[in-house]
Amino acid sequence: MNVHEYQAKEVWKSFGIPVPPGEVATTAAEVEAIARKLGGQVVVKAQVHSGGRGKAGGVKLAANPAEAREKAEKILGMEIQGLRVNKVLVAPALDIAHEYYLGIVLDRKAQLPLIMISREGGIDIEEVARTNPAALVKFHFDPTVGLRPFEARRLALAIEPKPEVAFQIAAILQKLAVAFCKSDATLAEINPLIKTPAGEVLALDAKLNVDDNGLFRQKTIEAMRDLTAEHQEDREAREVGLSYIKLEGEIGCVVNGAGLAMATMDLVKFFGGQPANFLDIGGSSDPKKVVTAIRIITRDPKVRAILFNIFGGITRCDDVARGLIQAVAETGVKLPIVIRLTGTNEAEARELLKSQPGLTPAESMDEAVKKAVELAQA
Amino acid sequence: MSILIDQKTKVVVQGITGRDGSFHAKAMKAYGTRVVAGVTPGKGGQSLEGIPIFDSMSEAVERTGADTSVIYVPPPFAADAILEAAYSGIQLVVAVTEGVPTLDMVPVLRELANLGTRLIGPNCPGLISPGKSKVGIMPADIHRPGPVGVVSRSGTLTYEMVYQLSRHDIGQSTCIGIGGDPLIGTNFIDALDLFQNDPETQAVVMIGEIGGTAEEEAARFIRERMSKPVVAFIAGQTAPPGKRMGHAGAIISGGSGTAAEKIKALEEAGIPVARIPSEAGPLIRKALGL
Repeated sequence: MNVHEYQAKEVWKSFGIPVPPGEVATTAAEVEAIARKLGGQVVVKAQVHSGGRGKAGGVKLAANPAEAREKAEKILGMEIQGLRVNKVLVAPALDIAHEYYLGIVLDRKAQLPLIMISREGGIDIEEVARTNPAALVKFHFDPTVGLRPFEARRLALAIEPKPEVAFQIAAILQKLAVAFCKSDATLAEINPLIKTPAGEVLALDAKLNVDDNGLFRQKTIEAMRDLTAEHQEDREAREVGLSYIKLEGEIGCVVNGAGLAMATMDLVKFFGGQPANFLDIGGSSDPKKVVTAIRIITRDPKVRAILFNIFGGITRCDDVARGLIQAVAETGVKLPIVIRLTGTNEAEARELLKSQPGLTPAESMDEAVKKAVELAQA
Repeated sequence: MSILIDQKTKVVVQGITGRDGSFHAKAMKAYGTRVVAGVTPGKGGQSLEGIPIFDSMSEAVERTGADTSVIYVPPPFAADAILEAAYSGIQLVVAVTEGVPTLDMVPVLRELANLGTRLIGPNCPGLISPGKSKVGIMPADIHRPGPVGVVSRSGTLTYEMVYQLSRHDIGQSTCIGIGGDPLIGTNFIDALDLFQNDPETQAVVMIGEIGGTAEEEAARFIRERMSKPVVAFIAGQTAPPGKRMGHAGAIISGGSGTAAEKIKALEEAGIPVARIPSEAGPLIRKALGL
């Protein structure tokens, strides 16, 4: 799960990481009022779950409250990578003497959290990793021990020679390591961490991605979920426990299991079609999931055929068949449907679907995909 | 032979009184697996179709001599269940549970390494040595005993591949689902090494998918250390980039993780890659000289 910058900054604050003041607004009038309260030059920042906000024109400086209002009118309602901007963060525009990068990710190879910091911040860190890897200082830490103070100091001194500044960075890094572990994060990033001309170090930005599997014990973060920042189909899918990713093709796919779902998409392409989506109905076999899947897929006007590829294990084929019958009745779907069911309760499923019109059965995955591609092109 | 489990394997089911645990305990027993005990704290003294239930793993191991455990407990308790198994002397722990918080696994994997306990999973279908023993949740009837080892990060895609192999009359020595989570106990290389050293296994099918660099590392291992033929399949060639990988996550892997890069690494190591699942059967037949 992603949270917005302003929410990640609340998390930083709760762990004692210094962040500049700022408030969130949803209207231009609110932005003006916040700018007046803050005084001086402000920055208006789009709050969307997307990178490249600055490049897309979603981050603007304003010299006074009236200008802040003008800039907010432009940013609110704009789309960045297909996501509508509904909220902006208004913060004082600080003078910056230097920008650093601090990040922590989970390194699956080392099976430990990995700290990455750099003297070069405020820019695309992947670019730094590519062009100047020596500028990136890396360190693994054990979350049961945490990042030790001397380790934090040593790391900070590697990117900032002045001890009075480096020790501020070290303290922030240690707190970021605690925040990472306590928040079940998969990514915690401050880019940039800035030094002001007065020598004060602050987190000017905040990015936090949280492990979905940890959300059951992250109630504060779960409550930060912004339903308006999600696509409608993503929200519907999540609410019934489907994993769904929209693609651009014409064949809607309904599959159980992520690996089989990916392999099905690949096969659609192999046989000359294009998948309209990735969709995994998951391990359990609640008919409601199938109904929701059909509803989401049929909303996409590009879809010309629907392909079911089910290999029953924990998922029972007869449950999928029941969901399909219910979905056809509820949505009145007219698109051709190809269905391949193998595994647990396969015979019962066939029996259920025998009298259902408009279905094209298939014996194998290859046959099912070929038929779906043919029907979509007919 | 087979790897990790056979007819002698004595299994204890952790979370045996839950919905999935009881269902699969019965299914494993019906397949012929020696399910000797179940554990659910607070349900000690009860039994499930003749399988005695204990309050703790140490009691279950002491009383039954179990050497393997399979875990169906809910995600918040899974890490503790894995460690309980390891500290009671279990050699092989199979964690089926899906949804274990990733950071819970960091200390668990370090402790297991110190104890010398092998973990399969979490978030995996388990493993089966056809005709001998099944420890997990896979549909048993699609498997046939035979000479091919199967190792996979996926669940249902593994069933599909096994189904294709069996339809081509190619049986399996052992099929292992290593799990789809970022942090897992047994990786491709561990499983490949076991297959290389198993006299019964003559060839291996490896099923990978996008994300991480495990397949690239496996490719290097196969080229340098394996004499047995391996056939691979990689899922996710049409997966859109950047959907799950965080910004900085791409850095550690050096921008890798795509299906195309994995296929390239495998092919450069001389490993045939099936373009589609139904090609795996014919490729394995060829590798076996059939």
